[in-house]
Amino acid sequence: MRLELEKRPERSTLMALLSPVIAITLTLVTGAVLFAALGQNPAVALYMFFIDPLTASWSLQELVVKATPLILIGVGLAVCFLSNTWNIGAEGQFTAGALAGSMLPILLPGFESFLTLPLMLLMGIAGGMLWGGIPAFLKVRFGTNEILTSLMLVYISQLLLDWLVRGPWRDPEGFNFPESRVFSDAATLPALADGRMHVGAIFAVIAVLALSVVLLKTLKGFEIRVLGQAPRAGRFAGFSRNKIIVFAFLLSGGLAGLAGISEVSGSVNQLTPVISPGYGFTAIIVAFLGRLNPIGIFLSGFLLALSYLGGEAAQVTLGISDKTTRVFQGLLLFYVLACDTLILYRIRFARPGVSAKGA
Amino acid sequence: MGAFESILLTVITAATPLLLAAIGELVVERSGVLNLGVEGMMIVGAVMGFAGAQATGSPYLGAVFALVSGMGMALLFGFLTLHLVANQVATGLALTLLGLGLSGMIGEAFVGQPGIRLTGIEIPVLSDLPLVGRLLFGQDVLVYLSLALVAGVSYVLFRTRAGLIIRAVGDNHSSAHALGVSVLKVRYLAVLFGGACAGLAGGYLSLVYTPQWVEGMTAGRGWIALALVVFATWRPLRVLAGAYLFGAVGILQFHAQAHGVAIPSQFMSALPYVATIAVLVIISRNRILTRVNTPACLGRPFVPDR
Repeated sequence: MRLELEKRPERSTLMALLSPVIAITLTLVTGAVLFAALGQNPAVALYMFFIDPLTASWSLQELVVKATPLILIGVGLAVCFLSNTWNIGAEGQFTAGALAGSMLPILLPGFESFLTLPLMLLMGIAGGMLWGGIPAFLKVRFGTNEILTSLMLVYISQLLLDWLVRGPWRDPEGFNFPESRVFSDAATLPALADGRMHVGAIFAVIAVLALSVVLLKTLKGFEIRVLGQAPRAGRFAGFSRNKIIVFAFLLSGGLAGLAGISEVSGSVNQLTPVISPGYGFTAIIVAFLGRLNPIGIFLSGFLLALSYLGGEAAQVTLGISDKTTRVFQGLLLFYVLACDTLILYRIRFARPGVSAKGA
Repeated sequence: MGAFESILLTVITAATPLLLAAIGELVVERSGVLNLGVEGMMIVGAVMGFAGAQATGSPYLGAVFALVSGMGMALLFGFLTLHLVANQVATGLALTLLGLGLSGMIGEAFVGQPGIRLTGIEIPVLSDLPLVGRLLFGQDVLVYLSLALVAGVSYVLFRTRAGLIIRAVGDNHSSAHALGVSVLKVRYLAVLFGGACAGLAGGYLSLVYTPQWVEGMTAGRGWIALALVVFATWRPLRVLAGAYLFGAVGILQFHAQAHGVAIPSQFMSALPYVATIAVLVIISRNRILTRVNTPACLGRPFVPDR
C-alpha cells in the first residue's frame, strides 16, 4: 500500500470547513488513547478536560480571560501568515507590550488620572510594534530571516522582564519577592462583570470585527492575500512586498503588545518573572485552526483557552500533569496541518508497482 | 589545569550540541527541506536520553535513546511535509511545540533527579600529556563523533555521488525526479539524519553539558543551530567554526561571573540571542554569498506528478 496525492481541480470548500473538525476529533481520539495509557478512564478524563470547565460561571469567565490574548494575537498572526510573513515571536511582542505599558504605573505610581489607562494601552501597543518592527526592519533592509530574528527576540524580551522585576522595577515594599508594585486602580483595566473578566475581551471582539472587514472588504486585504499566494502577480499589480512585511509585523506586534498590557493590567495587576503561559506560541495554533480567518480564530481561541483550563482542572481532580495541555495543543496543530492537505488534494492508497495512470 | 585550558574545555562542551544539531540540519536543508523543529527534536532527545540512561544505567544507551527519539520526531515531520505536503514552516513549528509539551510530560518524573554523566575517554599516556592531553585525548565520544560528522558530511556532500544527488534534489527537485531520483526517499533519509543529529544534540545536554533534566533545558539552542546553518551558508566547515564561536559566546557568562564582572546575569544570558541576530544580519547583507549557496528548492514542497 502506498499513499498518493491527487490534486483536486479546485479548492474543496467542504474540506476547508471540515478539516478543523476532523483535526479536533483526531486530537480527542489521540487524547483518549493517551489518557488510557496513563491509566485514566478516557471518558472521565476528556470530560474533566473539555466539558467540566464549561459548567461553572467563574470558569466561563476564566475562559474569556484566557481566550482574550489568544484571539488578539491570533488575528494579527493571521495577517502575517496570509501574506507569507513568518512572525513567530508574538510571545516576545506580548512581553514587550506588557513592559512598555507597565512603565507608567511602576515608574510613576502617583500619576492617577483618567488618562492613565489609555496611555498605558497606547504604550503597550507601541512596545509590541517596536519589538515586532525589529525583525521586519532587518528583513526589509538586510534580507535577514524573520523567523529566526523574531524568535530570538522572544528570549531577549523574557530576560529583560526577568531583569526588571528582580532589579530596578522590584517592589520596594515587596519583601524582596521578584515582583513589581501592584498597579493602582487607575491603572487597572475595569472588570466587565463581577469577576475576572475584563475590558480586554472587548478589544478582542473589536480586533476580530475590524480585521474581518479589512481582510474581506478592502484593497489592503486583497493585497495581503495576493502577495501571500502569488507574489509575482502581486508585484505586477504594483504591490510592495516590503511594505506588506512591515505592515504585517507592526500590526501583529501592536496587537500582541495590546494583549500583553491588557493581560498585565486586567488580570495579573503587576509584573512577575513569568506573565504568559505561552500565549504567543499557542496563538500560532489558534491562527491555523481558525483557518487564518478572524471569525474562525475567534472560535478556535476559545477552544485553546479551554485546553489551558482543562489542563488545570484535570491536574486538580485527576492528578494528570498539566503538561498534557501543551501536548494536546501540539497534536492539534499537527492534525490541522495534516487535514489541510485534504483541501487541495485527494488521498489515495495505491498498491506498490501499480499506478492509476502508469508511472 | 590552567585557566585557558579550562575555558577551552567548556567551549567544547557548549559547542558540541550546537554542532551536532546544525550539521544534521545542514544536510536536511541541502536536500531542500526546511525543518524548523530542531528545538523540538532536541528537547525530546534530551528527555529521552536522560530517561534511557536512568532505565539502563548506561549513558551510552541513553545517547542511543536520544538519537532514536529524535528520528521518531523527524519521521512525524517527514510524513506531514513530504507525504502530505503540509507547509514546512508551520509543521516545523508544530514539531517544536509538540516536542516541548511531550518532553515536559515525560520529564516530570525526572525533575530534580541526579543524572548519569557520559564521561570523557581515558587513553593511557596520551590523556595525561601536559597541556593538550585532556583537550585532545580526553573528550567524550560524542565530541569526536561531532567532529567526524563534519568531516563525513563535508566529504559525502561534495565528493561522492550520494552527495551530488542530495544537492541535486535540494537545488532542483523536478530535474532530479526526471533523472529517476526518488526525491521523497532522499528527503526522508535527510530528514531522518537531521532528526538523529538533533536528538543526539539534546542527549548531549542532559548527559554531558548538565547531567540532569530541566524543563525547556535546550533554551533556544535548536533555533541557534538553525541560524548557524544560515550563518555557515550551508557549508559544513563553516558550521564547525560557527558552532565553536557560539559555544564561546554561550559560556562567556560563567567566566564573566567567575571573574566578578558586574553585569546583570540576564544580560549575559541574552548574549547568544543577540549574537545570533547580529551574525544573521551580517551574513544576510552579503546577498550574493547567501544566494549562491542557498539550496534553490529550500522549503518548496514536491509532489511527483504521475
